[in-house]
Amino acid sequence: MNRRKILGLAAVMPFATYSSVWAAPEAANTKFLLVFLRGGYDCLSAVAPTANTFYAETRPNIRIAAPDVNNPGQGAMALDADWSLHPALAESLAPIWRARQLAFVPFAGCDDMSRSHFETQDTIELGQPLGGDRDLRSGFLNRLVTEMGTSKPVAFSQQLPLVFQGAAQAPNIAVSAIGRSALNPRQTQIIEQMYAGSSLAPAVSEGFSVRDEAYASLAAEMIAANRGAPGPQGFELAARRVGRLMATDFNVAFIDVGGWDTHVNQGAATGYLAQRLGELGRGLAALSDEMGPAWRSTTVVVISEFGRTFRENGSRGTDHGHGSCYWVLGGCVNGGVIAGRQVPIRPDTLNQGRDLPVLSDYRALLGGIFSKLYGVTGDRAARVFPSAAPLDLQLV
Amino acid sequence: MLGENWPWARFAETKWAALWAWFDRSVRGYRAKPRDRAIPALAWEIPNFLGHKKVDLDVHFDRRPRARAARVTARAKMKVHIGFFCVALLAAAPAAARVQTQIELSAHDYALLSRITWGASESDARELKRLGPAAWLDHQLHPGASDRLPRDAQDQINALTLLSEPLPDLVRHERQQAQARNAITDPTQRAAADAAYQQSLNDVVNQARTRAILRDLYASDQLREQMVWFWMNHFNVFQYKDDVRLLIGDFEERAIRPHALGRFRDLLEATLRHPAMLRYLDNAQNAAGHINENYARELMELHTVGVNGGYTQADVQALAHILTGVGIDENPNPPALRPGLQSQLIRDGLFEFNPTRHDFGAQTFLGVTIASGGYDQVRRALDMLARRPATAHFISQQLAMYFMGGAPAGDVVEHMAATFERTDGDIARVLATLFNSREFTASLDRGVVKDPMHYAISAVRLAYNDRVVRNTAPVQNWLTRMGEGLYNHDTPDGYPLSSTAWLGPGQLDIRFEIASALGGGSAGLFHTTAGDEPAFPNLRNSLFYTAIEPTLRQPTQAGLAQATSQQDWNVFFLCSPDFMMR
Repeated sequence: MNRRKILGLAAVMPFATYSSVWAAPEAANTKFLLVFLRGGYDCLSAVAPTANTFYAETRPNIRIAAPDVNNPGQGAMALDADWSLHPALAESLAPIWRARQLAFVPFAGCDDMSRSHFETQDTIELGQPLGGDRDLRSGFLNRLVTEMGTSKPVAFSQQLPLVFQGAAQAPNIAVSAIGRSALNPRQTQIIEQMYAGSSLAPAVSEGFSVRDEAYASLAAEMIAANRGAPGPQGFELAARRVGRLMATDFNVAFIDVGGWDTHVNQGAATGYLAQRLGELGRGLAALSDEMGPAWRSTTVVVISEFGRTFRENGSRGTDHGHGSCYWVLGGCVNGGVIAGRQVPIRPDTLNQGRDLPVLSDYRALLGGIFSKLYGVTGDRAARVFPSAAPLDLQLV
Repeated sequence: MLGENWPWARFAETKWAALWAWFDRSVRGYRAKPRDRAIPALAWEIPNFLGHKKVDLDVHFDRRPRARAARVTARAKMKVHIGFFCVALLAAAPAAARVQTQIELSAHDYALLSRITWGASESDARELKRLGPAAWLDHQLHPGASDRLPRDAQDQINALTLLSEPLPDLVRHERQQAQARNAITDPTQRAAADAAYQQSLNDVVNQARTRAILRDLYASDQLREQMVWFWMNHFNVFQYKDDVRLLIGDFEERAIRPHALGRFRDLLEATLRHPAMLRYLDNAQNAAGHINENYARELMELHTVGVNGGYTQADVQALAHILTGVGIDENPNPPALRPGLQSQLIRDGLFEFNPTRHDFGAQTFLGVTIASGGYDQVRRALDMLARRPATAHFISQQLAMYFMGGAPAGDVVEHMAATFERTDGDIARVLATLFNSREFTASLDRGVVKDPMHYAISAVRLAYNDRVVRNTAPVQNWLTRMGEGLYNHDTPDGYPLSSTAWLGPGQLDIRFEIASALGGGSAGLFHTTAGDEPAFPNLRNSLFYTAIEPTLRQPTQAGLAQATSQQDWNVFFLCSPDFMMR
């Protein structure tokens, strides 16, 4: 944190606020990663209401079966009396759940009802109230790092996502493609000079330094890979690299994972969605492993733009819905719980008779987490998420 | 001038590499003093000399007076070598470069050329000059039936045999291979068969990508090629869903390309009837009693009226019902139908409208009752969607975004939408409204940041003009690394059209890497099974001197002046902020 800035603020702030700022954990070592599942993942398969007969009736081909009390360790894992974790996730995430470092927030999402992937993703990434005049170039993670003052943000993606666009300079880097620079230092310097006075100048300098930093941190692993050492694939590989880089270099990060738009043959305990969930779970477990001691001060939040239809569609898949289920995990998370408001799921409690209602707004939820992690409260919180009071679910 | 049949031309093609290596070594031998930067620059300026058809090498020496004095001695020493080299070059000239006269383009014409094409090339600059900008633009908007390509490029496309097989045959062939694979029980053999099957799918899509890139690089009808990319992106399908790799080349060729500058309504129905779209957005699965609303939603949200186009969830569901039965049938024999339904069956290649899968019920769609019926319900819905003012506005806005790199200022979109409505969606005329607008002219003066496609293709076009690359794989890889791989966007929205999406630090870093490979001549674009032909990117060509150099920013000029070799100069030029703009 920028010490001078905080001392300056302290001089004009009442004592109560002053102490709450200092009560926040040390920001530089407090790590936050947002994982965005693009495509609207079917949360009712990942965290399934297996005790609910309406669920079983309306998903004849794709429901997740209730945990088998006679075969613990096989199939879905009971989270509480109502909810169970998908078998493909139980494999990798059971240890983290049991260590009480993982919580789920069902009925989470936003109030955008367009059921459009792209509209809703944008809404979430902007983090600004619907209906008002939105600044379409200002994402909420960008505003967060602006309020934090000092931070090391990064998007692990090919493009800078909307959530990180805005006033503060945030780099992006594709973890799958980190290599040694093709340019020598003289060329690098001349190129930077060529961009002097151009609006792209900060991006160019940032790009050079982030690449060098990331390459240095990953060099050993990548050299091993180049020698043909077997390594993880897909998201698991990406997550390992993200873990390594977050442990050493970055503290506010974003990564997105696609492939969740399961309109057809999504499968149940096995099948397409099970594979995607399995890869996600293994990736998150690998990330916690790779972060080492830094995991203790890390919070990961997994979100998606919307949930899917409660009922199975005509092709053993699900169509676009509304409420989702978010995940909060990390070494400093008070997990092992299903958090936030819930309602019993019945035909009459479904949103528009079709999908889950949203009872925990994503802005309130994330705002609550940011206030705890980074002491971003009051007016500063309101600048990150305008007109959304932080919701403290006591998860961090 | 010496003809292409002249034996030395052949000599030049085959011996070019050896000749160049000799010359390069000879010249490098004189590079005694590191501060003398002119000599290596000369080394790579020989192709320029061809481009200008000037035997006076001093033309280029004189462009950089600051270093001139230092060169005099070295120049004298080089005379013998240059003399011999020039003789050889005369032979190489017909094959290695088109012998041309100087091109003089105004700044405005150069900007127009860069915007309407995938990037300015010397040949297209000459064509614009020959016809004049107005006639040239008119020709681009109304090209003939087929593109003119250099013979080399057309020969390469003709050799892509997987693309000439009729799609139903290709798909049946692959299906047989897949079934044979399922019968294998031995795990090792099964894995080998799986890999071979995947490879055969990849071979088909690789050929489609090669064709697309060759056309983008060399087709004379550049605007059509840009529009093919635009519509492929607008009606995006993703190669890795199911067997879309088999279908996507045909989608581009038969659904998109014939209508790229035609009528929107025709284009819309062509995409609806193509198996690539029906597979990708799951409508092949949508049947009466088994509703799948994926395509119905995206058809409105992304293809026609846009997300704010005034439809509701009920409209999505109504359209899904209307679209039931619109699907794919790989069976060469028509399905057995009840006699009453026979007349409702439509088959066209792999496309099939199967009345037994269709919900014939009347639907209320966008406030209108669509009477009970078969495929005529689909046609009616497409008519309604194509003629909604929201569609005219949304398509116009997307076109303006694409050609102007961001949300357009002023009322240009309204004017385009008015043309769209007046002409029943005549795409060329909507574009003409855009290109004739004040806003477009202003944006030519301002410039637009290139997306990865424009960056990669414009670099190769400027560097090699009509000299046809032997290998498009490097371009394919660059596009993928920059995040805009062909056929590689997994969600139906397509790649972003706004420039701001392509300005992240990671993006620029990868561009610099590409600049290094391309500028250094080591990109592999002329790699063949017989070995590598020399690459020699010729970025400092007549177009550079007449149209580009006078507009360079001062820091860019200062950077270029620090180049220690032609390769180095190329890298700086391709990395410069100026070359990031179109």
